[in-house]
This record gives sequence, C-alpha cells and structure tokens, in this order.
Amino acid sequence: MKKHALSDRRKFILNMARGVGLATMGGLVWSAFIDEATASSLMLRPPGALKEEDFLKTCIKCGLCVEACPYDTLSLAKPGDKKPLGTPFFTPRDIPCYMCTDIPCVPVCPTGALDESSVTTEGVLDINVAEMGLAVIDEESCIAFWGIQCDACYRACPILGEAITIEYQKNERTGKHAFMKPIVHADACTGCGMCEHACVTEKAAIQIFPKELVQGKAGNYYIKGWDKEDEKRLKDAGEIHTTTDISRQKASDKLNGDLLEDLYE
Amino acid sequence: MKTLWNNYRYLFLRRFTQIGLLFLYFGANAWGWTILQGNLSSSLILNVVPMSDPYAALQMLVAGALLSSDLLLGVLVVTLFYFLIGGRAFCSWVCPINMVTDFAEFVRELIGMNKLTGVKQPASRNLRYWILAISLVVSAFMGVAAFEFISPISMVHRGLVFGLGFGWAAVLIIFLFDLFVLRHGWCGHICPLGGFYSLVGKYSFIKVHHLEENCTLCMKCKVVCPENQVLHMIGKESLPVLSGECTNCARCIEVCDDDALSFSIRSMAQNKKTGE
Repeated sequence: MKKHALSDRRKFILNMARGVGLATMGGLVWSAFIDEATASSLMLRPPGALKEEDFLKTCIKCGLCVEACPYDTLSLAKPGDKKPLGTPFFTPRDIPCYMCTDIPCVPVCPTGALDESSVTTEGVLDINVAEMGLAVIDEESCIAFWGIQCDACYRACPILGEAITIEYQKNERTGKHAFMKPIVHADACTGCGMCEHACVTEKAAIQIFPKELVQGKAGNYYIKGWDKEDEKRLKDAGEIHTTTDISRQKASDKLNGDLLEDLYE
Repeated sequence: MKTLWNNYRYLFLRRFTQIGLLFLYFGANAWGWTILQGNLSSSLILNVVPMSDPYAALQMLVAGALLSSDLLLGVLVVTLFYFLIGGRAFCSWVCPINMVTDFAEFVRELIGMNKLTGVKQPASRNLRYWILAISLVVSAFMGVAAFEFISPISMVHRGLVFGLGFGWAAVLIIFLFDLFVLRHGWCGHICPLGGFYSLVGKYSFIKVHHLEENCTLCMKCKVVCPENQVLHMIGKESLPVLSGECTNCARCIEVCDDDALSFSIRSMAQNKKTGE
C-alpha cells in the first residue's frame, strides 16, 4: 500500500495534540512530585513563620535567616533530609532556638515568610510570643514522673514558671517523697526546644512538635460554665439545627416506625 | 602564554566570577562575611542592596504568595541588571551549573560523543519555554513555586553554601544527561530559568556583533557556541546577535582568529534597521 504524506492540516493537529499531551503529562508528574516533596508536617520553623501552607508559598529559600542565627540553630533542608527542599528548620535536640531578644533571623527575611508582626508586641520585637512549636512530655519516659528528682527542662526553659511549671504530688509508693512533675502550658510555650535540648533521658522525654500537629480543638459546642469569659460566648450563640435521617421525624414516630423494623431485620 | 590568554580570556573571567561569587556566598555563611549574603534565590549585598530571582518571584506570585516590597525591590534590581547586560549572562557568568554542562561538553568532544550522535539534535530548543509555561501552571495549581522545588541550580548553589546532602546527585544527573543523552541538554533545551532570562535579555544593550567582511567562514564560532542557532548570520550579514538565547559567554569571540566577532553596545539605529 502506498504511504500517503500527511496533509499540513493533519500535521498541525497532530503536533498540537502532541504538545498538549506532553505538557499535561509533564505537568502531572511534576505536580505529583511537588505533592510528595511538600508533604512533611514535622518541620520546626524559625520564629515568626507563617502557617506551613503559606510558608511554603512564600519562602524563597535564600538562607538569610540561617546566616543571621548566631547559634547555627537553623539549617536549610538538603536533598536526603526528607523535608521540603531548601526551607529552613531546626532540630532542638541538637541546637535549640536560644530566643534572642532582637530575633535576628526574622527581619532579614526578604519575602515575609518570617512575619515580623507575628513576633511583635506593642511595636517591639518580642520573642516570647513566638509559636515555633509546643513541648510535649512523654510521661512514661520522663523520670520526674517516676519520682526521680529532675527539673532539667524546667530550669532550661527561658520562660520558666510560665511555659513549664512544676506540680508537686505526694509519692504514695514511698509515702514520704514528692513527685515534681513538669507541666507544659501551651499558651506560653514558644517551642524553642531548650527543654528538649536539656532533657537528661537517652531520647528526650520532652520534645517539640508543630502546634497544629499536637493540639486538639474543642470546637464551639462546649463551654466552660465556670468561666465568666467563656460563658459570654453563649450570648451570641445562635441555634444550629442538624437534620439527620433519624431526626427528620418525631422521636416517637421514628422509634415506633421503621427504625425498629430496621433493627429487627 | 599570550595566545592562551587571548583564546580563553572570557572563559577565565567567567570562571573567575562564577567561582568568586560562590566563594563570597560561602564566606557569608561560613565566616559571617557581609559582602554577599544569601544565595542565588535571594541575597543581600553589603547588608543594603537586595537581589531576588525574578523567575522564583513570578512562580511565587502565581502560587498565590503575597510579595513583600523587599522582594519586589530585589526582583527589580536583578531584572534591570540582566535586562541591560543580557539576560543569559546569568547562565554563563553566574550559574554554577554552567561549569557542569561546559565540562560535559568538553568530555563529549574529548571522547568523540559528538561524532557518534551527529549534528542533528532530537529535541527542540523551545522545550524550555514549554517547561517555563508548565512551571507556572503547576505553581498555580499546587500553591508553591514549582521549579524551586526541583531546580538543580538552587539545589546545588544552596548546597555549596549551606550543605549539599544528596545534591551532588543532581550535578551528576545533569552531567550524564548532557554527556550521553542530549548535547547542550540542560542549559540549551530544558532549563526554564535560562528560558526566562532569554526573554528578559532579548532587548539588552550588550550584544555580540558580527562583521561579515572579516569572516573567513572557518565556523569555529558555530562549533564552540552552546546556542549556535543564534549565530545564523555568520558569513552572511554583519548583524548583532539579537536572539535572547545568546548567553554572552563570548566563546565565539575568543575562538575567532579574524576579528569578525566582538562585544559592543547595541545601537538603537541598528535595531531599527533590522526591525527588531
């Protein structure tokens, strides 16, 4: 059979289809890679960092924060670190954030990924309002919870007495000693990691995690009735109706009707 | 010695600026120098002048980031600089990957790869503009600067300043790709940053000019040029190299024994004449 040369029109259409096809393929592979590459949620960011999603958008990976840090706390994620490539993070067990009062790492950020306003109170830089993470204590491995006296984390805490307090409790086992249990207070803890750095156990019993990772959320349904401030929320509370298959009918109808039949089927 | 300098003067200068800039960046992180802090994505000269990668900023913009004034100022500085001296001067005078791909080309010549693969290239040099476009679409879609997460340029430069990790693998991949897969593959076909700067530098002032009267048609310039499609006028017409894809690497000027090629400031009159 004689081979026909492709017409110009067909050539044009085929080339267009090829271009679009290749671009789509490349774009999808690329997107899939990006999705994986940005997936890590265990990053501890420098003070003042935007929330992770915005931080990944905004950080240009220049490392000026890394160079500004006088303690070599920060590093940029390298290939092989299994963290979003090139973004700054710190590992408190190695080097914690020493909470410099002039926060040199933040104002140097050219893109605002480290947001000065989030670490400023009344126009002055204030490292104590930073939210880099939250210290979490593993009571199983913390020797203070065993009854052995240790307050290393409490002593190391730059805002001791606020971010970490010691709770005294009678040790019933010996009958004459006290537990001195460290308690972390999330509203004051900045996540600097001095406690994790100081912790005496083989693997730190107090560790820093990103706040959104470890903090729960009670939601709007619960109110502290004993708290005057919290109770004010009731004032503006509207009624919320939730309609489900069961609540659509009156309870008696539903219970005497097909629900029972459903149950006995 | 004189001829050695004459034949490689721009190459020496380019390696000097490439390595020198790397050294300044490295010194900033290692010893706290303040001459040039940061890296090629964004940096600060003497704690005053900001510089930012305009292509990275463009990706951030379409990804939905709020661009700060510091960043925009840095973008302006860099864009203006390359707009004037020729966008792809970045590629041949600053980018660390240039040394890798130049080395790959050197080895290609040495072992005769170029004879094996012949002159015909299986891929279009317009690929980089496609990748540039796709990078912006993916950035918009994924909400992050897409190329910045895979860019071997930033990976390697950042790596050399802040610690490389497995970044050496990126260097090796590009080297092997250029050596065995596609001649001038990364810089000449794939790299969207090069594509971006090709567009930025299209109307720059510093251009290589060709004097047809002096040309003996030896074609050494076309052999040595990593983007030899831009030298289409050789031996035909006295024209400046107008394509933005020229990297101003000046290898053609060095290898020309007949003074048929030189740098000059492009005059506006000439632009009008050629209709560019």
